[in-house]
Amino acid sequence: MNVWFSKFANPNRFLKVSSVIEPWATRFTFALFGVGLCFSLFISPPDYQQGETVRIMYVHVPSAWMALFCYTVMAICSGSYLIWKHPLASIIGKETAPIGACFTFLALATGSLWGQPMWGTWWVWDARLTSMLVLLFLYLGYIALQEAFDDRVRGSRAAAVIALVGFLNVPIIKFSVDWWNTLHQPASVFKMDGPSIHSSMLTPLFLMALAFKAYYIWLLLVRVRSELVAGKVTRWKQRKVAD
Amino acid sequence: MKRKYKRLYFVAIGLVLLGLATGLILNALEENIVLFLSPSQVVETPPPSSKKFRLGGVVERGSIIKGENAQVEFRVSDGTTSILVIYKGILPDLFREKQGVVADGKMVDRIFQADEILAKHDENYMPPEVAETIKKMGQWKGQE
Repeated sequence: MNVWFSKFANPNRFLKVSSVIEPWATRFTFALFGVGLCFSLFISPPDYQQGETVRIMYVHVPSAWMALFCYTVMAICSGSYLIWKHPLASIIGKETAPIGACFTFLALATGSLWGQPMWGTWWVWDARLTSMLVLLFLYLGYIALQEAFDDRVRGSRAAAVIALVGFLNVPIIKFSVDWWNTLHQPASVFKMDGPSIHSSMLTPLFLMALAFKAYYIWLLLVRVRSELVAGKVTRWKQRKVAD
Repeated sequence: MKRKYKRLYFVAIGLVLLGLATGLILNALEENIVLFLSPSQVVETPPPSSKKFRLGGVVERGSIIKGENAQVEFRVSDGTTSILVIYKGILPDLFREKQGVVADGKMVDRIFQADEILAKHDENYMPPEVAETIKKMGQWKGQE
């Protein structure tokens, strides 16, 4: 059932694969941000209603997507850690959490900056905004719980449970704008009858979304590698002391 | 049964049960989660006159009357019913005819006295030229 990915659960094999992917992730991050920012700041047109303010969307929407994506990664890792006890899954989940929390914060902050001129308020307690704030707290709770135990394994296990339970919030965030009336607009890109964003604005949006994804992969690989190396150093020191 | 599978079923069943519980709770709390009431809801079951609530809908076409001292009057409609709203203050950028709006305030003599107006943005994004073309072709469905 988990034969193909057990292969990558071996930390040494992971390090080997990631050393190939990492430089590419770095290159893609810079290239996509370069092109994406050119498109979103200069080439794409202003919106017929919002004018230039629409450009906030090119940071806001990819951040929000990444916030949900990172949480989903974290939940899958937590599930496979609890069920199959893969230590690497635990590390990937743990190293994804702070990145996801930053994306969530970025989505909330840019949304607030857009809301003030467009809606007339920085913040409103509607279903979308509130569930997104809950997501930020789930990330922070996960990070805190991870560190709250002297025994690392117990901390990882408790955090994994929180991540799984909190995963229920992800579909709530996605569908909050359909289930309840909210101030936040409904989905524009991923909906049944196709996107309602003009292609001249969809291009920069997707470029930025890909840039964010490449950036995440780059950051994650660096973080996981340092964690694995730090583990090796600790074990080496312990052996030295024992000798 | 192997312990791995035991854990797998435990996690899967646990998540399904938690999902059901969350669904029931959210369903029961629906009235508190919705941000605003529509004009029809307000007419059908009027909230107590002393209670503040949010009224949401679309600004009716041709209903905006701007008075002195930044006072503004307009009708909020949901297609079947509409309610007159009076407000004094600065309006958000997106406030315009046939555009979604959320007003915070209370009902006084069947008039909604708002002390905050929020504009709702819809899910359509396009450059001004495209909006012009669609309007010219007479296929415009959104607001103006």
